[in-house]
Amino acid sequence: MSKSRKAAALLILMAAGSANAETPTAPSDATPAVVQPVGLGRPALPEEVAAWNLDVSPDGTGLPKGSGGVTAGEEIYLEHCAACHGDFTEGLDNWPSLSGGEGTLDREDPEKTIGSYWPHLSTVWDYVHRSMPFGNAQVLTADDVYAITAYLLYSNGLVEDDFVLSDENFTEVQLPNADGFIQDDRAKTEYPIFSTEPCMENCKESVEITMHASVLDVTPGSEGDAAQDAPAGASVD
Amino acid sequence: MTLRSGTTSRRAFIRAGLAASAALPAAVSAARGQGAPDPLITEVQDWARYSGDGVDATPYGLPIHFESDVIRRNVPWLTADTISSINFTPIHRLDGTITPAGCAFERHHSGAIELAKPDYRLMINGLVERELVFTYDDLERFPRSQGVYFCECAANTGMEWAGAQLNGSQFTHGMIHNMEYVGIPLKTLLAEVGVKPEGKWIYVEGADASSNGRSIPIEKAMDDVMVAFKANGEALRKEHGYPARLVVPGWEGNLWVKWLRRIEVTAGPVESREETSKYTDTLANGISRKWTWVMDAKSVVTAPSPQVGIKHGPGPLVITGLAWSGRGAITRVDVSVDGGKNWTTARLAQPGVPRAMTRFYLDHVWDGEEMLVQSRAMDETGYVQPTKNALREIRGENSVYHNNGIQTWWIKKDGSAENVEIS
Repeated sequence: MSKSRKAAALLILMAAGSANAETPTAPSDATPAVVQPVGLGRPALPEEVAAWNLDVSPDGTGLPKGSGGVTAGEEIYLEHCAACHGDFTEGLDNWPSLSGGEGTLDREDPEKTIGSYWPHLSTVWDYVHRSMPFGNAQVLTADDVYAITAYLLYSNGLVEDDFVLSDENFTEVQLPNADGFIQDDRAKTEYPIFSTEPCMENCKESVEITMHASVLDVTPGSEGDAAQDAPAGASVD
Repeated sequence: MTLRSGTTSRRAFIRAGLAASAALPAAVSAARGQGAPDPLITEVQDWARYSGDGVDATPYGLPIHFESDVIRRNVPWLTADTISSINFTPIHRLDGTITPAGCAFERHHSGAIELAKPDYRLMINGLVERELVFTYDDLERFPRSQGVYFCECAANTGMEWAGAQLNGSQFTHGMIHNMEYVGIPLKTLLAEVGVKPEGKWIYVEGADASSNGRSIPIEKAMDDVMVAFKANGEALRKEHGYPARLVVPGWEGNLWVKWLRRIEVTAGPVESREETSKYTDTLANGISRKWTWVMDAKSVVTAPSPQVGIKHGPGPLVITGLAWSGRGAITRVDVSVDGGKNWTTARLAQPGVPRAMTRFYLDHVWDGEEMLVQSRAMDETGYVQPTKNALREIRGENSVYHNNGIQTWWIKKDGSAENVEIS
């Protein structure tokens, strides 16, 4: 008796602690009831936080002290970046170009680069610092990253060749497309239009095929061997 | 062996057809007639005489080799290098809703890393009462939750914005998987550190060399986000973030940070590379939408489709596909075989589950004529999956991301299929 009373009390507690519970006899919520600290984990040491807390925000939060200029940046760029992005930041093969593309955003196939698209310089600094060079990340010093960032600004025609970027003048730099973004507006511009009862019968008079994927013929394996790249339509059975 | 296996089932079907021939037109039963006894039935086969493998032959199994073509595939021209790239789930050959981990698509920004549980650390820092570090063992001691969720890359179907391009639902819609996760509600971990009132966002990053990071509003973080360590009952696969990843139900896959190592509570968004230069949707006027996190309702007929045409000729045909919505449960899927002139409501295999995949079937009798097959999903908000042209009218063709338009497969008289666009 006392055992089952305890079980019943536990069920009620669990149900009371969870927002979605419908009845006290059905503790089947996906979410556990605990919302208070349970005392797991240990304090992060300042050195540990400093080692990982590297992200930089648009207002400069997270930028370390340091500086670097265009000239030094070009040398570091040629050593660490040019193999993929090209000697002149033009991009090689499918690796992205880092400059150019101004005025292409409203055209077919816009060219999105730091100069034409990126809204915040902090993103450049942060990404180069934490994620580049590709395959050998986090080898660049803060001064290296200031210098590379200065060189990328120069490559985009945004500063002169004597420009030196530092934590002190960092937030003075505005990228050209800073105002080119709006917050997701689908709730206003799309959801009302796409939330009407759909047509079920005689919805259009005629249907014509206007485009074939086979014209482009870019599907992998469309002429491959059966084992590795099954031809389209050949993999049934 | 594949051929013989296929032959077996085809003949079994013929036999079943014969048994029911009294109800069929004479011409049909004549066409299905078998002139001579089937040796697969009349002769004792090897597998019916000799023993098979013992229980220890395969301690952890892969699909039988007959299914070796049901695999993830890459589109080499999409990216510069497979290390920072994506592959595609073979949705055209799967059924049900759960994606087997072994063929669930992968997206890496600096490759799939090996991070052992003893080496795993999760730090929560920033605007919190207590900056804490958790080990993997710590994670397993928190109260757990479970949920089935789809994870769709925002770029799924992105190659189709300017028109029909890739032939196969694997390539047009395969940047998606749907798994059952077990982990810890993120709000539990955030309660452990104590979020300060000024903490309005979290910034999440992975342990890999890209340290791919994204900003998420605290409301979502406190709602249904999970730190998951199991998927489909087993440990996360390496390529899906072993030993722990973020699960962000209904929101674009890029937010589902793998090898999760740090959560920073911040006052504002970090505006990292992945939320500015990428995963922003450029409209026709050159202005770009940012923070387009939620995945709108979408569906696709997975079969028949270009990689899996109809091989059996006219008659009974299962038209099947998947539907999902990041804004709630799928409530209805309509299917058209005439390019959207007329629609039939398909059968949902199970009632829709919020932010998880739903399987649909239309049990069709094919007359052998050409078809233009489409599917159209509706979710519990009343949202109806739009046509691609309706999306283009609003967004243009340069959005790259969030293409949830209706897909059309042209089924030809020979049963083969092609990705097309229609008027």
